[in-house]
Amino acid sequence: MDLLKSVETEYLREDIPDFRPGDTVRVHVKVVEGTRERIQVFEGTVIKRRGSGLNETFTVRRVSYGVGVERCFPVHTPRVQKIEVMRKGSVRRAKLYYLRKLSGKAARIKERV
Amino acid sequence: MTKTILGTKVGMTQVFDETGRIIPVTVIEAGPCIVVQKKTIENDGYNAIQLGFRAIEEKKSNKPKQGHFAKAELKPLRYLAECRVADAALYEQGQEIKADLFSAGEWVDVIGISKGKGFAGGIKRHGMHRGPMAHGSKYHRGSGSLGAKGPARVFLGRKLPGRLGGERVTVQKLLVVKVDPERNLLLVKGAVPGPKKSLVTIKSSVKA
Repeated sequence: MDLLKSVETEYLREDIPDFRPGDTVRVHVKVVEGTRERIQVFEGTVIKRRGSGLNETFTVRRVSYGVGVERCFPVHTPRVQKIEVMRKGSVRRAKLYYLRKLSGKAARIKERV
Repeated sequence: MTKTILGTKVGMTQVFDETGRIIPVTVIEAGPCIVVQKKTIENDGYNAIQLGFRAIEEKKSNKPKQGHFAKAELKPLRYLAECRVADAALYEQGQEIKADLFSAGEWVDVIGISKGKGFAGGIKRHGMHRGPMAHGSKYHRGSGSLGAKGPARVFLGRKLPGRLGGERVTVQKLLVVKVDPERNLLLVKGAVPGPKKSLVTIKSSVKA
């Protein structure tokens, strides 16, 4: 197992901030358009974080123009330029799937202090 | 000429390529293998080298093997395998063959003993279809018809339940993603037959 981990450590990123489900994050994604590369920002609530090591991913949910959009990113992917934690949220579950049924005022998350 | 090295399967994981895409890889601890014996046309009728892999305690190897290794002035090794080469004279007895034999971007074939599944039914063993599980059906996972009534026998080769796995399997044309000569590691794209810690043979691909 240690050999496997030693293979993974080379690819692990150390500049990832500490964030949990319920937090609001801003993910700077590198988007390749033809030959050009630009940065696109995706801001929303983290509704799940799963896996371990290189296999770890997180899902960010936001409501844009009335439509719920969820994007899933590997935590250590080089395609994400940086992750900013905008707000820490206090939640009582690890997976915030209940947010999908809620909107507006009901979908608010209390701030963690 | 085909390059061959022996290794043990470490396990599977995933790595990112330069564009950030995930590649599923199998990590193989390959080598260092030691040339135990050289086989030449004059002596044996063909050209080959015998590779040994993984040190073993002397008391765990049997007398014939101890004699064989003593002849080569080597410590006993757990695994022995032969690989054909163009000219065995190019190799030295006791020479080490390491993972840097291969480089990233090469195609390889990987041979291993697949995981034993025991006595398996037709669905798992041959990918047969299943019958309805409900609505009064009494035909669930059975093999179905065994053939025509006329011959009054079942033809040889009829696909039926039986032992599955635990046999030699070759997976062809896998991409070498990365080579780590310091830790003797090969990262090969995709899955490789067998459980972790099992012996695998890595050869340059016949389809490359």
